[in-house]
Amino acid sequence: MPERIDVHVVAKVSRLARLDLTPSEIEVTTEQLAKMLDHFADIDAVDLDAVVPMTQPYPLINVLREDVEQPCLDRDEVLAVAPDVEDHRFRVPPIIGLED
Amino acid sequence: MSTADSSSFAMSSATQIAAQIRSGQMTASAVLENHLAAITARESEIHAFNLVTIDQARAQAAAVDAMVAAGQDPGPLAGVPVAIKDNMCTRGVPTTCSSRMLEGWRPPYDATVVTKLAAAGAVMIGKTNLDEFAMGSSTENSAFGPTRNPRDTSRVPGGSSGGSAAAVAAGFAPISLGSDTGGSIRQPAALCGVVGVKPTYGMVSRLGLVAFASSLDQIGPFANDVADAALVMDVIAGHDPGDSTSIPMEHPSLTAAIAQGVEGLRIGRITDLPGGADPEVEARLEEAFAALAAAGAQIVDVQVPALTYGLTAYYLIAPAEASSNLARYDGVRYGMRVPASDTNSMYMATRHEGFGPEVKRRIMLGTYALSAGYFDAYYGKALKVRRLIADDFDRAYQQVDVMLTPTAPSVAFALGAKTDDPLAMYLCDTYTIPSNLAGHPAMSVPFGTGADDLPVGVQIMAATLNEPVMFRVAAALEAAAGSNGNGRGGQ
Repeated sequence: MPERIDVHVVAKVSRLARLDLTPSEIEVTTEQLAKMLDHFADIDAVDLDAVVPMTQPYPLINVLREDVEQPCLDRDEVLAVAPDVEDHRFRVPPIIGLED
Repeated sequence: MSTADSSSFAMSSATQIAAQIRSGQMTASAVLENHLAAITARESEIHAFNLVTIDQARAQAAAVDAMVAAGQDPGPLAGVPVAIKDNMCTRGVPTTCSSRMLEGWRPPYDATVVTKLAAAGAVMIGKTNLDEFAMGSSTENSAFGPTRNPRDTSRVPGGSSGGSAAAVAAGFAPISLGSDTGGSIRQPAALCGVVGVKPTYGMVSRLGLVAFASSLDQIGPFANDVADAALVMDVIAGHDPGDSTSIPMEHPSLTAAIAQGVEGLRIGRITDLPGGADPEVEARLEEAFAALAAAGAQIVDVQVPALTYGLTAYYLIAPAEASSNLARYDGVRYGMRVPASDTNSMYMATRHEGFGPEVKRRIMLGTYALSAGYFDAYYGKALKVRRLIADDFDRAYQQVDVMLTPTAPSVAFALGAKTDDPLAMYLCDTYTIPSNLAGHPAMSVPFGTGADDLPVGVQIMAATLNEPVMFRVAAALEAAAGSNGNGRGGQ
């Protein structure tokens, strides 16, 4: 089992998750996650070496569907609910070039 | 008197309502108005709905009546009002997942289940409240305020489909749809005293269900009785080419199955079931075994040792999948956007403001469990435990046809009782989680009452696609509960 979770790990995870947690939220989250992970340590006692992971409940195989034309979503209806649109495209603030 | 009328309609089953509308004895419009009256009378104290779709419902009911008048059959759910959990897409009708993140969002398409219900003649009466993005066991995590239990408004209705359970229990609609990722249909069904079904994974299309944990999520019905639940299942089940996890087969009619009785069926009693249920809940479970034995079933002791680890496996796998699924809420294509000077700041600010505390907690837990250095210790192990649980179930189902457990460890608890302790809230799901991990069907049937005369649910679990047998057992328990005075009589 890894070392006990701390505020530095939680702060890093919050950046990975794109969640802008405040210092007090990070503290509370650390406490709550630590308590949960302590509880979840029950599976450390189980011998899992020979067990194959199960990612989904029903055996599925990849199949290709027939290449038949199907109706798609209405572009105007989709863009009508977008936060910002320009020239029939989603508009976002600058991605690069603003670093100081 | 109008209140007497509305209560008599509200007590009618979906099966009866559809039959009477199809035969012209009642109109869909009159049925709808009576349910709208029931909503007007009590919705302010219950808060089952995020939105009551009055105009659309009236138009749908009028269309059903026009079909009947023209000699056409509107379908098996003709004119039956149905409430839809607000995490299923409804074209042009707000779908919020009870989150600020999606407030005001109008999907550009209908979920497959919504299309199927409409094609069967059902009338959508509204979108029901839930724990934000279906994460919770009490419907207290809604950004729009909690739903209250119609049996006792100081208590929670359970969750996350608490609005859909409460809508049926309060007589706002005879049937509703919920989604169940770790118990989110069965637990609120138990706490509100109604029937709730989580079908086999892949039996009902997830197209248009806003994803929480994709390998666990499944849509299913709430109803006042087992026959109504079977009727809804027969309408919504089936292969959907738009859902790659949908099972490509025809499903037998559950309505036809329920009359077959339980004589000779083998009912499993799990001797190593994790403890912690209230004594009254344990007592009702024992009475359920006795009732099935009296109806000709055989009670067989079985062991399912890996169940002990279900909670841990679930609370690593579900948040891991959620952290990935909820990455799409970034303020770009739909939903909330908090403006910022660059894209990354916009993502961070939008997600900080748009998500509530429980959703953030699960995204954090899931991101942690998937992150470099921790993946093998948490997510990887959880997937292996998931396999152990499925294998233990398979061994047990060689000896028995179904297994019975409590649905929830206790009756409905007070609002606020568990909101400060996430782990205590998670423990509500102990008995329901394993079926989701294995992908098996399970359902909750009201069976008597526990503390403070509040409803208790018994859970019936079955192997993959064994819904017909599960429903036979459910019908037998319902009959026994009714004859003992343990049913919902006196409501």
